[in-house]
Amino acid sequence: MAIEVHDVHKRFGDFAALSDICLRVEPGSLGAVLGPSGSGKSTLLRVIAGLEQPDSGRVLIGGRDVTREPPQRRGVGFVFQHYAAFKHMTVRDNVAFALRIRRRAKPEVLARVDELLALVRLEGLADRYPGQLSGGQRQRMALARALAAEPQVLLLDEPFGALDARVRAELREWLRRLHDEVHVTTLFVTHDQQEAMEISEQVVVMNEGGVEQVGTPRELYEHPRTEFVMSFVGEVNRVGERFVRPHEVQLLPQSDAGSREGFIDRVLHLGFEVRVGLTLDDGDQVWSQTTRERADELELEVGQIVPVRLGGGRVFA
Amino acid sequence: MALGAARGRRLPRPGGAALSRGLIALYLSLLVLLPVAAVVAKGAERGPRALWEAIAQHEALTALALTVAVSVVVVAVNVVFGTLIAWVLVRDSFPGRRLVDGVIDLPFALPTIVAGLTLLALYGPQGPVGINVAFTRGAVLLALLFVTLPFVVRSVQPVLRELDRSMEEAAASLGAGPWTVFRRIIAPNLTPAIVSGAALSFARALGEFGSVVLITGNLPNRTEVASVYVFGQIQSDNVVGAAAVSTSLLAIALVVLLVLGLLDGRRRRA
Repeated sequence: MAIEVHDVHKRFGDFAALSDICLRVEPGSLGAVLGPSGSGKSTLLRVIAGLEQPDSGRVLIGGRDVTREPPQRRGVGFVFQHYAAFKHMTVRDNVAFALRIRRRAKPEVLARVDELLALVRLEGLADRYPGQLSGGQRQRMALARALAAEPQVLLLDEPFGALDARVRAELREWLRRLHDEVHVTTLFVTHDQQEAMEISEQVVVMNEGGVEQVGTPRELYEHPRTEFVMSFVGEVNRVGERFVRPHEVQLLPQSDAGSREGFIDRVLHLGFEVRVGLTLDDGDQVWSQTTRERADELELEVGQIVPVRLGGGRVFA
Repeated sequence: MALGAARGRRLPRPGGAALSRGLIALYLSLLVLLPVAAVVAKGAERGPRALWEAIAQHEALTALALTVAVSVVVVAVNVVFGTLIAWVLVRDSFPGRRLVDGVIDLPFALPTIVAGLTLLALYGPQGPVGINVAFTRGAVLLALLFVTLPFVVRSVQPVLRELDRSMEEAAASLGAGPWTVFRRIIAPNLTPAIVSGAALSFARALGEFGSVVLITGNLPNRTEVASVYVFGQIQSDNVVGAAAVSTSLLAIALVVLLVLGLLDGRRRRA
């Protein structure tokens, strides 16, 4: 089912949380909403789920106008950053909740719950309470719970935000694979550009309550339409009016036409990648990203002065 | 016990665990156990037969029955209205909310005899509202409701304030309407607080004296509650009778608290 958002506005007092949002999420796709905190991305998700009412505009799910429908009639699965586990129920009862309130037959409920617990790999923990689970397990339980009633749409609000880096990486990969199996239209919110680009096919970049750009991760990185997208998606150096990616700052064995001089401030060895901090002749500070082999060839050291070529780069009006 | 081993690793408590435990035991003994034991001993002084006969007095029995019955009604009303008041104070915002919140504690702050006097002035024979409940069983109920108002409100309020709203949102997104959300998500999370508030108001209602003594008129077999009966027996020098009814009150309170404790324990294990 497609999600469509038309001209949605939402204010909290004087603060414009969403202004003039238009968006379409294709059926069965896995999309990300990316933006810094306060950009309105969570509000947008909550408007789609019906947890907030927009001041104006419409929300359509699968072609049906649900703008005035309460959350319980939208067929939406929602996953919260802090799990929102029903802490007075076992894992099994949490997952069964949506089925039980629909008065499904008991054997059917139990079978479905077992199936879902297997899907999120919590089979052995069905009789535990949420308080006895780790953060990652609680979030997987929340996912199983959201999927139980076979929602048309799955919405995840910073689902991995409260987890540590290793668990996050695991769950990202796992969500990706889960989506390949379940194929429900999925939209998730994150402030982590790497997470957005790793998981989704389509990324919506938001800033100050508006949509800056929508595109594939590659489009956003290579053809950012605004200064904000350029600097928020991927890393960037600012040289005068120009924006240059770190991998476009090339260090040369000898100077040539168009090259400039840079003073090496720092050299960081990050495994395969080496990052070099430079001060250019006119005082601009930039990062250069290069491979280990290249760095070894050039014998880079702090205090050296090296020729630098700034390739590519973009200027925004 | 790993007490000795634990001492090395944990922060030492002043005086150590054994001393603080002993201190608590002594304090509770002096304050609670000894007086309670003394009452029971006084009641049983002339043997269990005399004790039973003192309780089985018609006047004593009706006083006890009235006290327990009214206390049960008080608890039922408090559970409903106390929860409702807590809900409105936490979830709604309206002008004067803080004032209402402050008023809840008034029955605590007021000396109970003053509360009784106020109720008598308002709902008595010369009351300005034209409702006269003085010297009726309604007056007992009214006085007890007044003094027990804060218990359920104040025990539910903080729990409701801390309740994770996203639980309710999650339930709604899973298809639950407002009533289902209340019944399956909010109510189970409030139950322990409601029960403890109810237990406190029951205990208080059982032993309340000051607020009822003026407005109920203490008519034997009609509006006389157990605590007033005890007071009357002491005044007419029937110490055994007084102690016997006191012992009964004690036993009722103990049974109620035990049952609630057991229920709570079962809920925790579940």
